[in-house]
Amino acid sequence: MTGNDFDDELKDALIPDAGPHAGPATHSSDMSVITSDKIAGVDPQAARAALADVPWEPGAKKPDPILVADHVVRRFGGLTAVDADHVEIQRGVITALIGPNGAGKTTFFNLLTNFDTPDEGTRVFDGHNIDKVPAHKIANYGMVRTFQLTKALSKMTVIENMKLGATGQKGESLWRSVLPFMWKNQEREIEARADALLDRFKLSHMRDEFAGTMSGGQRKLLEMARALMVEPSMVMLDEPMAGVNPALTQSLLGHVTGLRDAGMTVLFVEHDMDMVQEISDWVIVMAEGRIIAEGPPASIGQNQAVVDAYLGTHHHSALDLEAEL
Amino acid sequence: MDWGSIIESLFRGLIGESFIVFALAAIGLNLHFGYTGLLNFGQAVFMAAGAYGLAMMVATIGPAANRNFGWDLSESTLFWLGIFVGVVVFPVVFALIMGIPTLRLRADYLAIVTIAVAEIFRIVVRSPTPSIKKWTNSSDGLTGFSGTFYDMSPFSTQDRYLFNLFTGNQMFLVIVGWGVLAIGATICWLLIRSPWGRVLKAIREDEDAARSLGKNAYSYKMQALILGGVFGAVGGMIRAIGFSVAQPDNFITDVTFFVWVALILGGAGKVLAPIVGASLVYGLLNFSDTFLREGVAAEVIPESIMTGTQVGQVRFMLMGLGLALLAAFRPQGIFGNKEEMALDDR
Ligand SMILES: Nc1ncnc2c1ncn2[C@@H]1O[C@H](COP(=O)(O)OP(=O)(O)OP(=O)(O)O)[C@@H](O)[C@H]1O
Ligand SMILES: [Mg+2]
Repeated sequence: MTGNDFDDELKDALIPDAGPHAGPATHSSDMSVITSDKIAGVDPQAARAALADVPWEPGAKKPDPILVADHVVRRFGGLTAVDADHVEIQRGVITALIGPNGAGKTTFFNLLTNFDTPDEGTRVFDGHNIDKVPAHKIANYGMVRTFQLTKALSKMTVIENMKLGATGQKGESLWRSVLPFMWKNQEREIEARADALLDRFKLSHMRDEFAGTMSGGQRKLLEMARALMVEPSMVMLDEPMAGVNPALTQSLLGHVTGLRDAGMTVLFVEHDMDMVQEISDWVIVMAEGRIIAEGPPASIGQNQAVVDAYLGTHHHSALDLEAEL
Repeated sequence: MDWGSIIESLFRGLIGESFIVFALAAIGLNLHFGYTGLLNFGQAVFMAAGAYGLAMMVATIGPAANRNFGWDLSESTLFWLGIFVGVVVFPVVFALIMGIPTLRLRADYLAIVTIAVAEIFRIVVRSPTPSIKKWTNSSDGLTGFSGTFYDMSPFSTQDRYLFNLFTGNQMFLVIVGWGVLAIGATICWLLIRSPWGRVLKAIREDEDAARSLGKNAYSYKMQALILGGVFGAVGGMIRAIGFSVAQPDNFITDVTFFVWVALILGGAGKVLAPIVGASLVYGLLNFSDTFLREGVAAEVIPESIMTGTQVGQVRFMLMGLGLALLAAFRPQGIFGNKEEMALDDR
């Protein structure tokens, strides 16, 4: 489904050429260089193969985790929305996070990206403890997320949306902003990278339109493309397919596997089991705030705990689950 | 009816001192509201900060420092220090007071705090309590701080300039004001076209999206609040120099309201909007004022409709009517874009 040329072009778009002026000038552009190195250093095939030895049980240890969450608890009044004992996300693979409505998936996402603060627990991303790190710094560490309710910046054009995503921009400092010669070159590089990504995501024709004029599916695409401008090592997608028409779904799936093949780690929330089966390397199942099952996609439909969580304890067959989903 | 004086009054409004003052304050508000989405309902306090920063430095703080520390700072030194205090120190302090507790919260908290800070400052400044009055001189306000400025004027105080519109001192103030306005508008234009401005707009559209892309929304909102406040302070300082007095009641809530009117009339989020908006507001206010006064005096407008003393109120009624019409027929303002505005509702 995913052509190799797509992967190559995506890599080209994601990893900037090391031109003469691409040298790190600020510590944040350092970051982007490190990110590219990391992406280059990840072998997705080996990462996937390594999952073969991981036991199919909640909280299973991974050979090379990029993200580790321990005893993460979030309560809203009397409701415990998330109570995740131990979760590890393997680097370089696509992990799906599934579970019934209200299972706590979005809340867990918010906790992992520090858009929300847990009542208890620790989180470590890529060797950094991120418990006290503000949400905006998470992106500089290389983790970027999208939102279940898409956040296109309506009154900015599509290309402006894209350019916003680049990190380490010199012109984002107040002093330098009024001296265009300080940032024009970097801006040109950013714009070229943005255009390449828009092209990949078939959004070039919308380039100069306001993002608010886009359809729901186009916004999902834009949000994903914009997240990639960060040059992340890990992308977290909250229901990337929700509301996207089936014709677009295939191309979105291609984009997601393309990210993995470019060396990124992907964690996504999804209700569409076909998509989960098709592209994920590993599946984590949440219900009522807890991690109730883990395993490769094929193992999930057979798992009694999952069947119970989705359908209630009175159902007893995996076939029912397949039928319902 | 004396059409000559009606036209003169119109032009004084379009290009005169009030236009400059309110255009600068509205540029600041545009940075706050138009670009960053910050609801500031206390722009008057930033204007007061500029006025009082200068006036207190020259008239009360400076002389007190000279007395107490045995310094010998001249009036003109104090004037330039006062410009720094009024344009930088006071507005930064006010912005921090308003911003630190509220900028992490929802937009409405800032709105409430800005109104409160503006009123608290005004009421404290006009307090007759001796310990405060010796610094701010209560409701009479501070005078004697604009001498250094007018001493620099190359214009004769005897003559009138620019088709008799301005006295020599006014002409000097207006020319300096235009210069400051041109520089301010250029800076604003540069800021908005830069990646910095792009982050502001992103925060206006969706703060969480900006944060997910690595932008420190709190810091940018604070920068915008401070910078917009500085523009307001420059405006307020020019107002005080123009009146040669810094008086609390020149910075009442109505002043904030006029700044908003100028911005909304021009179209929030457009670089030229504050300038054209302020020009039109004061042009129309002056025009209707003089027109009605002349009309009443010439008995073209009969006393059964209004008397000369009612003109002041009637022109604000006309302004209200104008605003209602604007909201009905061109809600996006003069420079705004209707399609862009409609994107909010999708
Ligand atoms: N801010 C909040 N205040 C109170 N309760 C909340 C809040 N956010 C989430 N919850 C509750 O936490 C639980 C988990 O919600 P969450 O949005 O994480 O579910 P989800 O798994 O993402 O569901 P869906 O698949 O429908 O998106 C729900 O019961 C929800 O009502
Ligand atoms: Mg959700």
